[in-house]
Amino acid sequence: MTFRVVHYINQFFAGIGGEEKAGEVLPELRQGVVGPGAALAAELKGQAEVVGTIICGDGYFAEHMEEATAKILELLNSCKPDILIAGPAFNAGRYGTACGAVCDAAAKQLGIPTVTGMYKENPGVDMYRKNTFIVSTADNARGIKEAVPTMAKLALKLLKKETVGLGPEEGYLERGVRRNYFLEETGAQRAAAMLAKKLRGEPFVTEYPMPVFDRVEPNPAVKDLKNATIALVTSGGICPKGNPDHIEASSATKYGEYDISTFAALSEADSETAHGGYDPTYANKEPNRVLPVDVLRDMEKEGVFKKLYDKYYTTVGNGTPVANAKRFGAEIGQKLKKDGVSAVILTST
Amino acid sequence: MVKEIERAGLPVVHICTIVPISLTVGANRIVPAVAIPHPLGDPSRTLEEEKVIRRKLVEKALRALQTEVSDQTVFAE
Repeated sequence: MTFRVVHYINQFFAGIGGEEKAGEVLPELRQGVVGPGAALAAELKGQAEVVGTIICGDGYFAEHMEEATAKILELLNSCKPDILIAGPAFNAGRYGTACGAVCDAAAKQLGIPTVTGMYKENPGVDMYRKNTFIVSTADNARGIKEAVPTMAKLALKLLKKETVGLGPEEGYLERGVRRNYFLEETGAQRAAAMLAKKLRGEPFVTEYPMPVFDRVEPNPAVKDLKNATIALVTSGGICPKGNPDHIEASSATKYGEYDISTFAALSEADSETAHGGYDPTYANKEPNRVLPVDVLRDMEKEGVFKKLYDKYYTTVGNGTPVANAKRFGAEIGQKLKKDGVSAVILTST
Repeated sequence: MVKEIERAGLPVVHICTIVPISLTVGANRIVPAVAIPHPLGDPSRTLEEEKVIRRKLVEKALRALQTEVSDQTVFAE
């Protein structure tokens, strides 16, 4: 028999449109393959058929997660699927989150296996890695040639109920699932061998990687708001008109530092967004919708707090490598601290 | 960015639309926003109404900054 596969993709891969459509495309089901589904179908090599494709806008999904998930499950169930394959989403954060959420819901509520694909830094990975198989992909759609065969192969294994190997062998990101098995050498022998390798400076692979909890303790609250200086920071890409420092529309390598000491508000005449990951119409028309300078200036005048810091810091949070974002944050934090800022409002789109 | 600024010793409030992402990256004080392309506004309203919405969100953010937290906290109300 041929297994029944349903494929989940976003509005972009469905060819409906880019960011301008992301918020508008409600979940819909189409018969057969759409977009990257063709490559997927070819890789399933006649053993499984893509019977339907579910499409949803990334913006719509992110803003209506519960409703969208319920609707998608209903559409999915009507296809009587044996498996759900979502994406791949590469490093698109909202798409990855949607793929992970849909896979998670399908597994829990319909009891079917699921496979998706993402770049390792996609925020969807940490949210859903335990609940689905996430094939490790490149950070952009050029990696589709490598991603799809790996996803298809893993999907066929799951459908045929074959034993799925470890993440690095099968190409998926570790799920944190432990399976018992017997080895010839005891733990003591293996540990001693590992130690010997370490002492000799040779590479070795741990059998129990320590989890990385990169959390920062919350700082104490602002006690005296009336005497506080508040700074604005954004990942929404707001910058002076013309983007003088050429902050990239995605995968940003820099942040901007701009003076607002004389501004009562931002306006479309002086500001815009450099962000390439959301529809810029609303931010360009009224930049205070992303960076609320107008309201903060009013509150400063009213004496709610002492001062709105003279500069704002901005970058584009769109596929930006975590290492870059870390560096921007550390540098911005040091500057603000040095200038006696009391607290920060950071806005994200 | 939120986390590194916090690490530098400043309390940060993250006003953002996709709260699950903010929780994953490790923001400590989170205020949910309106929508991705306009987190602090609503183009279906008049500019005056939008500013009221924005003011309320900023007031909520300032309240969050004045609230002691020991763990990640979403200030929904």
